[in-house]
Amino acid sequence: MNCHYARSGLITLIIVLLAFPLAVLAQDKPSLMPPQDFIAFDTPNDDGKSISLIWKASESDREGVYYIIYAATSSKGPWKEQYRVLSTTRFKSDAPQYFGLSKDNEKWHFYEVTDINENPLSITTPTYFKLAVTDGTNTIAFPGIALSMPQGNWFDTSKINVLVFVIVFSFLVMYFISLARKNLNLFIRHIPGLDAIEETIGRATEMGRPILYLNGLLDMSSLSTIASTSILGKVARKVANYDSQIKVPCYDPIVMSVCQEVVKESYLEAGRPDAFKEDNIFFITNDQFAYAAAVDGIIVRHKPAANLYMGYYYAESLLIAETGAVSGAMQIAGTDSITQLPFFITTCDYTLMGEELYAASAYLSREPLQLGSLKGQDFGKGFIILMLVVGTIVSTIGYPFFVNLVRTF
Amino acid sequence: MIKRQIPLVIAFIVGVMFIIQFFVPHKVSQDALTYVNQWSIIIGGISILLGIYSLIHFHFISIRRGRPGWGFSVVLFGCFGLAVLVGFLPSIVLWFKPVQQGAEPGVWLGFIPLKPGVEEGSPLFWLFLNLISPFMATMFSLIGFFIASAAFRAFRARSIEATLLLIAAVIIMLGQIPLGQMIWQGIPDIMMDWILKVPNTAAKRAITFGITLGSIAFSLRIIFGIERAYLGGGKD
Repeated sequence: MNCHYARSGLITLIIVLLAFPLAVLAQDKPSLMPPQDFIAFDTPNDDGKSISLIWKASESDREGVYYIIYAATSSKGPWKEQYRVLSTTRFKSDAPQYFGLSKDNEKWHFYEVTDINENPLSITTPTYFKLAVTDGTNTIAFPGIALSMPQGNWFDTSKINVLVFVIVFSFLVMYFISLARKNLNLFIRHIPGLDAIEETIGRATEMGRPILYLNGLLDMSSLSTIASTSILGKVARKVANYDSQIKVPCYDPIVMSVCQEVVKESYLEAGRPDAFKEDNIFFITNDQFAYAAAVDGIIVRHKPAANLYMGYYYAESLLIAETGAVSGAMQIAGTDSITQLPFFITTCDYTLMGEELYAASAYLSREPLQLGSLKGQDFGKGFIILMLVVGTIVSTIGYPFFVNLVRTF
Repeated sequence: MIKRQIPLVIAFIVGVMFIIQFFVPHKVSQDALTYVNQWSIIIGGISILLGIYSLIHFHFISIRRGRPGWGFSVVLFGCFGLAVLVGFLPSIVLWFKPVQQGAEPGVWLGFIPLKPGVEEGSPLFWLFLNLISPFMATMFSLIGFFIASAAFRAFRARSIEATLLLIAAVIIMLGQIPLGQMIWQGIPDIMMDWILKVPNTAAKRAITFGITLGSIAFSLRIIFGIERAYLGGGKD
């Protein structure tokens, strides 16, 4: 009898011991809760091709639980499942460009719908949505329908900080340009690479050898190429004055045409239109390494006394500049390609880094209006340095609002 | 006067228009951007004719005047003609000897595939794969030797700055190879990592700030017609 009680007690104990962890596990998995606050609205700051769906994150969200989004073109259906969203993913905080950086965004799910049944959303009639949650066995639907219609937006509010900066900086530049009209003696720091251009041309003239000028590998839609053609104009004018020769092998046919015009005008201005040779500005190829090989060939055969590399370059920069260095030419480079700067610095006598390329034309022209814009640029840099210092201090003491203020999306 | 003023007016209108476009996500604005991009692609495509004319003209003059190195111009014309011939050959042959619709075009003279265009298996593709591609790879691989040559010149410890550059370069080089790890694990993990993440990133960011501000200021100069040297000359 005692034995029987002992056995029953042991079995009960085993059941209790087994049931306890199961009960704990069951407590870890709260029962499925219906979706709450399901809303559909036109996605802000977009081109009118999507609708945003948001709903509150639930305590029952976990691995294995999915939200199912149904859509229809009429409130009466037919409803068709469109998307299945894992309940631990897709939050408003994933799209700060639409919803900002509020901490509350982590408590809301977000899904951007761009099509239903693989067709774009209608912009004339509303699209209807239903939401349900499922863990594989149970499915609970949101007791309602959400509807919306996509609309294009005329202003991207996520870019307000960029707009403010552009306006402030533009006014700063325009202010210094207007100041330059009154005061002709604006101080601009010396740029040794640009000061050396005159010396370079003089050297080439004395040696009776040509000057090689490259515009980089981008087309005329690039700012660095426009800056390069502007510098070419100034260089060509000096070359015409010195009665030297300039060769411009081009990578892009349109850049070639622009360079021909620019050099021709410079020769005209210098009063030497007879000395202009259109054949000296020619197209080679728009294949990167074939271009590099051709330019290397020109450097080796014609032995230019000076090589000027202005514009944007890729891997060919070292192939060209090192050949120029070995040939003994005086070399000046100017590029806004950060990755190629080290190669130019190691192979050229002078290198214009980044902004100096854009400043070169203004610097060489010495026109007060252009110099004024450089002054504005320097103040802009001062402003950024101030922002960096303030931002670092404010963030370090635990206030991220300043960093969020200048965040771009 | 008009020759100069009209481009300046166009630059101003288009410049202001596309500053506004950046802040407008509406479909109209996106379509305008796509439209202009398509324009520039088409103009770029047509401009290649201008390039071909310049190339032919330049090398024709070189041969005619017997400039030094005119032999290279002959080689250029030979290669140019060969590429055009290889490109058009399948189409020409198929024009004279058409194949039935859906049938494989086969080969001509026993070894020239009659596949037109630049797709895989066409003669032009063969030319690209067996000539142009190895040439490009050869040029690209030269960079390794050029880096060694440039580094040798740049890393001579002639000044304090050059010495610092040399030390940093040695650490980075050691950090990239197993020898560095064998000497001390801290070379790749601490020293190289710090150089790349701290001074290197700081310098890169400073240059990027400068480029950004410089490009805005330069764009403003172009939009407001202050910078006009790209039109040729510097005065009206």
